[in-house]
Amino acid sequence: MRTVHTDLPATRRLILRGAGAIALTGLGIMSFGIAPVFAAANDKYPDDAFKQKGAADAIKSLYGRTAEPSDKVKLDAPEIAENGAVVPISVTTTLADVTSIAFLASENPNALAAVYRIPPGTLPNVANRLKMAKTCDVIVIVEAGGKLYSATKEVKVTVGGCGG
Amino acid sequence: MASTIRVRATSSGETTEVQVLIQHPMDSGFVKDAKGETIPPHFIRELTFEYDGKNVFIADWGAAVSKDPYVKFSFKGGKKGDDLKISWIDNKGETDTTTAKIQ
Repeated sequence: MRTVHTDLPATRRLILRGAGAIALTGLGIMSFGIAPVFAAANDKYPDDAFKQKGAADAIKSLYGRTAEPSDKVKLDAPEIAENGAVVPISVTTTLADVTSIAFLASENPNALAAVYRIPPGTLPNVANRLKMAKTCDVIVIVEAGGKLYSATKEVKVTVGGCGG
Repeated sequence: MASTIRVRATSSGETTEVQVLIQHPMDSGFVKDAKGETIPPHFIRELTFEYDGKNVFIADWGAAVSKDPYVKFSFKGGKKGDDLKISWIDNKGETDTTTAKIQ
């Protein structure tokens, strides 16, 4: 059982609170009318978003709106990835009040690769390694102060890492 | 069994940098084996980092995260010698947890 931050901005994913102990707890609380309705909104695994095929659909499912490109989001990815199975990608941003960072690869079978939840006090810098099926855009979405900002970079993939 | 999680958490005084490497196949479900049979999806869904009773970082992962995943982040605070608890759960319900000392 994990502890849940109750102070995260929480306008999304309410609809995704389906199964699971945390959701059940939340529903129980709501039914008693105490209703910290938004408490668990930001803490559920975004199942539907990961199932979307395209990047736009995944972003919509995850956040319910679109992002605007921002030069304050710095995406670091290789120009050419020789091995699509392991593509090092990192992001840093100077934006304040970042609550989450999402990584997408537009041509992967499911575009959404990873979402990181950033509680207050954690720095908005993340590095990870992703699989890419083929040459395509890597998109990073930064959720900051309730708004979405994005950065995009094309990564050329020599050997795909998703189709085997 | 040895832990699947290797952690390096280093405090610089103001912030703590955390690097983690996990042994996990992260099978996407799109790859076929030598016999042409699809290898079913098997990947970590959630990875949480807890410090001082609070989550400092939560990763929601899909199947597109590389095999033996690596992630790096930093958070404010964190004292040398304190514990950082790391847990993951995958799509089959398997889990692992470890506690690392901040260096």
